[in-house]
Amino acid sequence: MKIRRVTIGVIALAAAGALVLSGCATGSTPAATGAAANLAAIVSTNGSEPQNPLIPTNTNETGGGKIVDSIFAGLVSYDATGAASNDVADSITTTDAQNYTIKLKADQKFSNGEAVTAKSFVDAWQYGALLSTKQLNSYFFDDIEGFSYDADSPLTGLVATDATTITVKLKQPEADWPLRLGYSAFMPLPAAALTDIAAFGENPIGNGPYKLAETGAWKHNVEINLVTNSTYTGPRTPKNGGLKIVFYASSTAAYADLQGGNLDVLDAVPSANLATFKADLGDRAVNQPAAIFQSFTIPERLAHFGGEEGKLRRAAISHAINRQQITDVIFEGTRTPASDFTSPVINGWSNSLAGADVLAFDATKAKEEWAKADAISPWTGSFQIAYNADGDHQPWVDAVTNSVKNTLGIDASGVPYPTFAQARTLITNQTITTAFRTGWQADYPSLFNFLGPLYATGAGSNDGRYSNPAFDALLTQGASETDIAKANETFQKAQEILLQDLPAIPLWYSNVTGGYGTGVENVKFGWNSVPIYSEITKG
Amino acid sequence: MPRYILGRVLQAIPVFLGTTFLIYFMVFAMPGDPLLALFGDKTPNPSLLAQLRAQYHLDQPFIVQYWYYMSGIFQGNLGVAFSGEPVTAILARTFPVTARLAVMALLIQSILGIGVGLVSGLRKGKLFDASALVVSLILISLPVFVIAFVAQFVFGIELGWARTTVGAGAPTVDLILPAFVLASISFAVIVRLTRSSVIETQGMDFVRTAYSKGLGRNRVIPVHILRNSLIPVVTYLGTDFGVLLVGATVTEGIFNIPGVGNTLYQAIVRGQGPTVVSFVTVMVLLYLVVNLLVDLLYGLLDPRIRYV
Repeated sequence: MKIRRVTIGVIALAAAGALVLSGCATGSTPAATGAAANLAAIVSTNGSEPQNPLIPTNTNETGGGKIVDSIFAGLVSYDATGAASNDVADSITTTDAQNYTIKLKADQKFSNGEAVTAKSFVDAWQYGALLSTKQLNSYFFDDIEGFSYDADSPLTGLVATDATTITVKLKQPEADWPLRLGYSAFMPLPAAALTDIAAFGENPIGNGPYKLAETGAWKHNVEINLVTNSTYTGPRTPKNGGLKIVFYASSTAAYADLQGGNLDVLDAVPSANLATFKADLGDRAVNQPAAIFQSFTIPERLAHFGGEEGKLRRAAISHAINRQQITDVIFEGTRTPASDFTSPVINGWSNSLAGADVLAFDATKAKEEWAKADAISPWTGSFQIAYNADGDHQPWVDAVTNSVKNTLGIDASGVPYPTFAQARTLITNQTITTAFRTGWQADYPSLFNFLGPLYATGAGSNDGRYSNPAFDALLTQGASETDIAKANETFQKAQEILLQDLPAIPLWYSNVTGGYGTGVENVKFGWNSVPIYSEITKG
Repeated sequence: MPRYILGRVLQAIPVFLGTTFLIYFMVFAMPGDPLLALFGDKTPNPSLLAQLRAQYHLDQPFIVQYWYYMSGIFQGNLGVAFSGEPVTAILARTFPVTARLAVMALLIQSILGIGVGLVSGLRKGKLFDASALVVSLILISLPVFVIAFVAQFVFGIELGWARTTVGAGAPTVDLILPAFVLASISFAVIVRLTRSSVIETQGMDFVRTAYSKGLGRNRVIPVHILRNSLIPVVTYLGTDFGVLLVGATVTEGIFNIPGVGNTLYQAIVRGQGPTVVSFVTVMVLLYLVVNLLVDLLYGLLDPRIRYV
């Protein structure tokens, strides 16, 4: 890049010189310089090849999510702090947290000119909820009356009463339900989508701030080009001309491109560069907490980890881990030691829950609790944590098990499984015989999303098969509480139960690590660790 | 000659059937359910999972899955990846990129390698020869990712002579740097092969005869020495071209080249059976073709070798 810049500089100098020599007599007005954003400039950013077709109800991973969120607009959208504001919705009202009335703004359009009506939402959700359409996000609709996992069953609780009104009846009160509506599963679809969904998944038409630059803009495994969508008028109206999302197989290549000036915005610094990226990028480096919670789970069915003995051993192991040291040394400060089961970017997070001291490193206490457990039944065997070897987990698993080994004086080690698929299969089938890595990235900014799906009795992602009626009761109570502050208070109480039982041992919150080039400004990262692309200015 | 070629082509049929079967079985036997991995850390509902399994025939026994795949092949249908893209389309967009990279690397390594090796062999023991040996030793001992990262940092980031990664459509100019990196290792091998072969040929009776007939160096070196020294080099280049064609996963990863190696790696990690099997099958076929071409080249270099 340097050479090219020098060349350009020489040409510019020569041109300037020529102007001076010619007396600059044209009298033309000087070109506007500086602050004015270039509304035609395309911002380039890193991404990964979407794993599924670009259908909102079938997009559940970040590669596709980044694109779907850019080309669709839902009823609400989130700002940098995770606060939801109405996007396509004009108002969302309820009195009992179970029956909702949603009014849409008038004159909303898809990029092909078709009107966004109540029917666009209702049809899309009905499609996404059917069993036979096999949508990966179908579980987002399981709270709506009529939903069934076992057969094709229409959502009877979802009705478009007129062109701009939707009424929703949930199976039970869910106070944070409106917060979910910014997630990609809840986007509207134009009529064309449902007539040929396969073609639509390749060339989606949305109502969001951006649209595909042309048919075939998704160049598989290479990049996708988006341009601004003039029919979008909501809060995310872009301050740039478009997005070029380049798919990288490894974040190392993306980082090299950022340094080489070929990439404007990066949202994942490779682990090899964590030590140096702040020095490399200066104030263009980004390192802030994200809505990602990391833990490991010790299921109760393992020998020595059931009942009262298990509770003591979990607390002892938790006390034996020096989280601060591990996040500083292994992650170079790009993780934040956990103080609860959620994330600091979520409204209602607290670092002063009763019992949170179980997450502090305390060798004496660890040994005490372990000895108490040994009194119930003496420890035998080895403590192991399973992880998938294809995901950069080895360094911290080794550090955690070493910390446990040195503090408690027991044998502890990591168990690598070659692929994520293999580890998940053993965990899901309950055939894994050790503790295992667990993690959660929130789909929408709510405390409940970190608790309900993971620790409620019988919940889908309750990998440790934890069950505690007192916790379940608090969860249900919080869910039906329409006052957010009161609901959060209840969820915090529910977490205090978790801190005693430790169904998962909290480790740390992942930060989003990223950076941007010299050509762009106003780069802010959202609560979900994705840059807020619409705000970025370039040139 | 035509009979020989026909025989070799017919040999490819059992090889093709054998490899598809073996590779399909290996992918089938890979531990873990690729569909579960689609859901990340979240656990899907069992009935949704059952529906997805049925869609990709993953609920069927191995032999039935293999039958579906093979009957698809003969209808020109290699299956569909989870992203909805047909595997034939994936093959069509990745192989040309890798083939271009492979040809470029092959040209670089053969022109530079044979050239340097020839000069080294002719000036055995001189300064040029000694430095060529040292440089090739260094290149052989460095792992390719070290060379790739250094090249990317120096030429891409510091000097800015090349793009750090390969841009959309993999323009040939962007592929020059990765091609040099890929060529660097084989370059060293070719230098050494050519050099020793040239030294050996120089001492042959026919070379002395050629000089004593009064032929000049300009005639003897290319026609008598070089041509007769090339058989081991061509053998090596042939197998190496095969290796290059089936993708250089590491180099493609570092320079983000959307080629075969990169795509195959992703497909293996994500457990996409049809993609993996199709890629490997095409690779095996390419290997067979390249080996056949090398065998035919022998006849051109040494007229004593004839196939009947």
